[in-house]
Amino acid sequence: MSDALPAIEVKGLRKRYGRANDGVLAVDRIAFEVRPGEVFGLLGPNGAGKTTTIRMLTGLTRPDSGEAHVLGLDLARDLPRIKKRIGVVPERSNLYSELSARENLIFMAQLYGVPRRVRGTRADELLHRFRLGGKREAPFGKLSKGMKRALTVAAALIHRPQLLFLDEPTSGLDVVNARGLRALIERLRDEGVTIFMTTHYLEEAERLADRVALLVDGRIVAADTVAGLKSRVADGETMVEIRYRDAMGSDCLRLRAADGASGVRAALDRAEVEGREVVSIDTVQPSLEDAFIELTGLSAEVMLAEKGGG
Amino acid sequence: MMWRDSVRGLLYVAWKDMRAYYFKPPNISWGMLFPGALILAFTVRAPGDLQALVPGLVAMTALFSATSMEAIVITFERRTGALERLLLAPMTLPAMLAGKVLGGMLFGLTISAVALLGVAIGFGIALWRLPAALLALLFSTAAFSSLGALVSVSVQEVFEAQTLANAIRFPMIFLCGVFVPLEELPGVLPEVARLLPLTYAVEALDRVLSGGSVLAMALDLAALLIFTGALFIAATAILQRRLD
Repeated sequence: MSDALPAIEVKGLRKRYGRANDGVLAVDRIAFEVRPGEVFGLLGPNGAGKTTTIRMLTGLTRPDSGEAHVLGLDLARDLPRIKKRIGVVPERSNLYSELSARENLIFMAQLYGVPRRVRGTRADELLHRFRLGGKREAPFGKLSKGMKRALTVAAALIHRPQLLFLDEPTSGLDVVNARGLRALIERLRDEGVTIFMTTHYLEEAERLADRVALLVDGRIVAADTVAGLKSRVADGETMVEIRYRDAMGSDCLRLRAADGASGVRAALDRAEVEGREVVSIDTVQPSLEDAFIELTGLSAEVMLAEKGGG
Repeated sequence: MMWRDSVRGLLYVAWKDMRAYYFKPPNISWGMLFPGALILAFTVRAPGDLQALVPGLVAMTALFSATSMEAIVITFERRTGALERLLLAPMTLPAMLAGKVLGGMLFGLTISAVALLGVAIGFGIALWRLPAALLALLFSTAAFSSLGALVSVSVQEVFEAQTLANAIRFPMIFLCGVFVPLEELPGVLPEVARLLPLTYAVEALDRVLSGGSVLAMALDLAALLIFTGALFIAATAILQRRLD
């Protein structure tokens, strides 16, 4: 594949579940591009259509209309060839509980046609890399949640894919395991693997993604670099963050102003009117959360709602 | 190129299922106990009639062993998402399902072949008849395993798979000539029995073991092949619809 070609190119992809009159329009004519070698984050609240998008791009679900090219190949015509060159980490760690960690990796290598002579070596390398060497003979069903997740990622890498799909990679993981997985995603990007990830964690997208698309109710609201999305919020204005303290406790508020001085004045006026003590005032850069709120009209709390599919 | 990926995937799916699920000691012992208990029960009840029941008992063993575990395996993997993991690999959906059917079929064939060998030794059935009997079992377990696949993709939960499988299997046992010959069934039941694969499995085994017409047996095998194809196509279509 030429580097000039997008790793993923989606045009007008649409998917409805159920009947036309009472079904759910999960994805509504979305369009975006993923460049080779980048981490692309599809960010949206639960039920926005992120998982449906990933299912369509990996061939699990057939789109109703629209077209997509993955690694330069037509999704509708060349799915088997696409599957050989992509790795997929589903939201659920879904390997085989009866097989050991190593047997699971060998089985995946067999399915993907990895030559017999290198299967064992690759499996051992991945077990070592994911710090699972001591659990190589342990059944998948007996591993901890973090280890299951790590092995699921390892299984997606056994055939050395050019493009890795990660559906909510850190969802349900504890802080330590989530941090380890994020570090791994960064390392894979450094190795040249293109990564398409969905997430409903704003900080995760901000930290990992080179570019982000915001998906709400099946539609892409905005797609840009993280810096580009943030700049759409600031747009010549200054953001001022004020930390208050009052009888009820402490609070934090962000205000937008034409410049720093007017922002500080507005913050102090507000504190006086509300009878609060100002702890600190800082001028800050807008976060991806600010951009998300601005561009989608949703609150950040929507992203924290209990995961219900999507 | 793609067909090679699919065939490879099919075979590895079947191999994985046999290792991970089917050929575990509890399943093998259950599979052996089931026909053993049935034969013992009939021996105690009516020893003289037992030889006539051999084709039915062996066919019933094939039916239960080829459908029981498979219906559980596919439904379980659908619940855990492990079935989708297979579909992410470079193989077609029919190839993946064929791997599942092959695994169930080989388990059913192994268990029913052991039962066949047991009754052959016990009743002095000529050993030269066994290859043809194994051929009949091969076609029978293919049809039954496809039935197991259809059952498993039609339900959501493992217990539902067992309930639906039993709702199909038990009427078949009474209609398909296992205990009562077809010609002795009342009303339209003989015609209904002709719509069920177990009928042809029992007939094919009966013809082999009692020296019946080769042509008639070939027709029974053809009927089982048609059942296999129809059930497999239906299971594939339902699974694809569920994925979409």
